[in-house]
Amino acid sequence: MTKLAVANLCVDIGNKRIVDDFSLTITTGQWLCIIGPNGAGKSTALKALAGVVPSSGVLLIDDRDLSAMKVRDRACWISYVAQDPIMPVGMSVFDYVLLGRTAHLNLLATESNYDLETTENILQELALDSFKNRSLDSLSGGERQRVAIARALTQQSPILLLDEPTTALDIGYQQDVLDLINRLRKDKKIAVITTMHDLTVAGIYPDELLLLANGQIVAQGSALEVLTVERIAHYYGARVRVIIDDGKPLVLPEHMDRQA
Amino acid sequence: MIATVKRVSSFSIAVCAVAIILSILLATCIGAVGIAPSDVFASIAWHLRIPFTDQSVGTSDVIIWQLRLPRVILAFVVGSMLASAGAAYQGTFRNPLADPYLLGVSAGAGLGATLIIVTGSNPNQYLVPFGSFLGAITAVALTYTLGRSAIAGRSSTALILAGVAVANLLTALQTLIQQQHNDRIREVYSWVLGTLNTTGWSDVRLVTPYICICLVVLYRYRRVLDVFGVGDEEAQTMGLPVERVRATVIIAASLGTAAAVSVTGLIGFVGVIVPHVLRLFVGNSFRILVPLSIVFGGIFLVFADLLARTVLAPAEIPIGIVTALIGAPFFLYVLGSRRVGGIS
Repeated sequence: MTKLAVANLCVDIGNKRIVDDFSLTITTGQWLCIIGPNGAGKSTALKALAGVVPSSGVLLIDDRDLSAMKVRDRACWISYVAQDPIMPVGMSVFDYVLLGRTAHLNLLATESNYDLETTENILQELALDSFKNRSLDSLSGGERQRVAIARALTQQSPILLLDEPTTALDIGYQQDVLDLINRLRKDKKIAVITTMHDLTVAGIYPDELLLLANGQIVAQGSALEVLTVERIAHYYGARVRVIIDDGKPLVLPEHMDRQA
Repeated sequence: MIATVKRVSSFSIAVCAVAIILSILLATCIGAVGIAPSDVFASIAWHLRIPFTDQSVGTSDVIIWQLRLPRVILAFVVGSMLASAGAAYQGTFRNPLADPYLLGVSAGAGLGATLIIVTGSNPNQYLVPFGSFLGAITAVALTYTLGRSAIAGRSSTALILAGVAVANLLTALQTLIQQQHNDRIREVYSWVLGTLNTTGWSDVRLVTPYICICLVVLYRYRRVLDVFGVGDEEAQTMGLPVERVRATVIIAASLGTAAAVSVTGLIGFVGVIVPHVLRLFVGNSFRILVPLSIVFGGIFLVFADLLARTVLAPAEIPIGIVTALIGAPFFLYVLGSRRVGGIS
């Protein structure tokens, strides 16, 4: 069991504080979701955890200091998929997923049979093996997301960060990707941290929600605790109804006419 | 076609080796005086003291050993360097239009060479290469320092923009100096347009060691160049020390290019065209593109030089003009005749 503990994380870009005093703890098998209105700092917080934007604060993984680690060692602990991952034009799915082995290879080494096998296995697990010779640019949005997650999984790190994994997808693909993430975190004992903007979806899958506004955590807990009509009105400026169904909150936007 | 990770087969290595040997042989045989392949072999065997061969040389030995072969080998080495440097730049900058002169190598080399040509009354054979090499390295160092400064924002785009600025500045200086010294303008021009007109092995000996080291470095980094394809941020989260690796690749590609242009002058197009034509056939993976650029960049320049010295013989066309004249239309032809998924 691996534990990621973040305390007092701050990110400044220029003179502006984008993420302020951000703290969280997560252990493998858990799914934590960062929500918040546009510009709240969700993506930046995730990038700070991934180590691609400079930050201050404490980042501990099993009591080891992440911020002092070399880029390669850090990648063995944390993998990251961007909101819209850049996919090299003309590269095959297999070659792309294999790039995830970079953290386990010396800079000048080429992949061993073990790396190739690991990649094959992950493609199989994600039902992508029939895709492996296809070019990345021939994939649909949902397929791209699966392939990007496969690349992150070949990195074999206990923590997986996903920035808006379902944003560009229609409802079927969304469900597909969310089911996949849910299965992986349980089967592979991975700690998953995602950002999401669809509040209902965020209420269904993750164990815990973290509401970010102006870079600060303003609410944290289960979906039922965090997603209240008052909070959503206050932080999102939205008129909604929250319906509890099967213990999960469903967030419905309300038409202006109904309010009156 | 999609490139898939494969171990390089011994068959493909053999094919490349045969292609290299044949092109070098062909280019050595063809010229103002036609030479039989057997004479070329005899000459090489005699000079390299290869045992168990017929230890005699024909009358054409001087042409083969002093004129043709050094020139052909120099063309091969320089072509390999320019093409693989182009591929390496395209990889690290994720920019398909990147060429070996991206960061100001050519402008710096041009200024350095021009300064030496106009100041010396009779420039030493080694002084012009030295001047252009120093100019090229200074230009890249300047570009890198400017591009990495906090003002520029430290992105790879900032580096490219700094390269454009430095190149324009140095080219302006070079043109100014050139205009001030009308008497030497012919020499300056012949250097700028590029020439492989070499006599004996001194130029080959001068640059080959540097170029070989740089080629080995680029070859060893071929897998890593593919990782750059996912963008700097994700590459870093995948465990690639992006800045350090980019700096290493830039240093190797720039040093090798500087060494190459120092003896040949500015030969354009090789670094863009060769990797691009190759990617139309073998896909976009740099682990294949880098070694093939080494092989086919060399072969391309050997044939370009063959045309340069035979088409208008006894006059010679500057090699830089030949590479542009045959390279650009050929590139457009290949681009048009295939469905291109590789360029974006």
